[in-house]
Amino acid sequence: MTNPIAMWYNVWGDPMNKNLDLFLTFMKIGAFTFGGGYAMIPLIQREVCDNKQWLSEDDILKVVAIAESTPGPVAINAATFVGSRRAGTLGAVCATLGVVLPSFLIISIISFVLKAFQESRAVQYAFMGIRAGVLALILKAVYTMFMATKKHAVSYVIMAAALVLTAFLKIDAVFVIIGCAVFGLVWSLLFRKGDEL
Amino acid sequence: MIWIELFLTFLKIGAFTFGGGYAMLPLIQSEVERHGWLTQAEVVDFIAVSESTPGPLAINMATFVGIRTGSVFGAVCATLGVVLPSFVIILIVAKFYEKFRKSRAVDGVMYGLRPAVIGLIGSAFLSVGMTVFFPNGLQTAVFSGVGFWLSLGIFALGAVLAFKKLHPIAIIGISAVIGIIAGYALGL
Repeated sequence: MTNPIAMWYNVWGDPMNKNLDLFLTFMKIGAFTFGGGYAMIPLIQREVCDNKQWLSEDDILKVVAIAESTPGPVAINAATFVGSRRAGTLGAVCATLGVVLPSFLIISIISFVLKAFQESRAVQYAFMGIRAGVLALILKAVYTMFMATKKHAVSYVIMAAALVLTAFLKIDAVFVIIGCAVFGLVWSLLFRKGDEL
Repeated sequence: MIWIELFLTFLKIGAFTFGGGYAMLPLIQSEVERHGWLTQAEVVDFIAVSESTPGPLAINMATFVGIRTGSVFGAVCATLGVVLPSFVIILIVAKFYEKFRKSRAVDGVMYGLRPAVIGLIGSAFLSVGMTVFFPNGLQTAVFSGVGFWLSLGIFALGAVLAFKKLHPIAIIGISAVIGIIAGYALGL
């Protein structure tokens, strides 16, 4: 390592080193992953498995599985998990802070820039186009997730119910999420006893 | 108290979003609109900004809404709120991973949640679609009608490019350029 920051923190001995290393590694992940979500997994894998060897390839699959079934952004889930495995709660704090910081700084700057230019005609035209482009990106996201889920009668019913309840009946998404979770749990306990996990 | 309100609202968003990214859109849309923090069009604009900057959508969104409504300290509160549920839950799960993975309860909950998330994003698609195609409500004839067809054209092109796996940032860039050129050319 010829990185000056690395040289600086190496003199502080091991405990400092571990946490700072987590912080810097996850800051790098936060600064170079666009789009968020599962798009971050390959980069996390490269940094955490290949470069730092903090986790095995098998552990990364665990991280993905956990991120999938716990609330919150995938990047935060991954950072907290890796940090706590490597250096306990303090490590989790360092890794999470690292992954959040680049976003936070960049967006703070952008929001001021946007505010300064939002009256500009060119910016308004650009966003008129961009909104339609974003709609296409959301369509792609729905399609990708749809293709990736197991499809059966029950999942179609839940999908349709969630769509109708939020889009047309304007039920709060929080209640829809709670309702579907409870339904899934009850249905599984009653009718899916034989399924393997 | 705007800071506590930001913190609690984003805590709720962080605690009820599964799957990350677009899955949180319906929650953000309804919360942000209920509090009057951003208009629907601003939410859509910001999705684009968020896609073109590094970092998770949730963090970007929290920071942006926080700054818009309560300055930099507001951004800290919102971001802290959206991160906290994940952080605490993962700390617990990391210790009991095997139990968590083999839990019938977790499996059952996810059995209901996975398809629900797809329905929720579908609902976000519809409401963003309304904002894009009918910015002044269904009754009004859009702004002059040309805007509607322009948006439809950009959406169709964007969809084709997205399914051809072009990078989202490239699609946003192309949409912006078409918007600027068409905007000036048609004098919208």
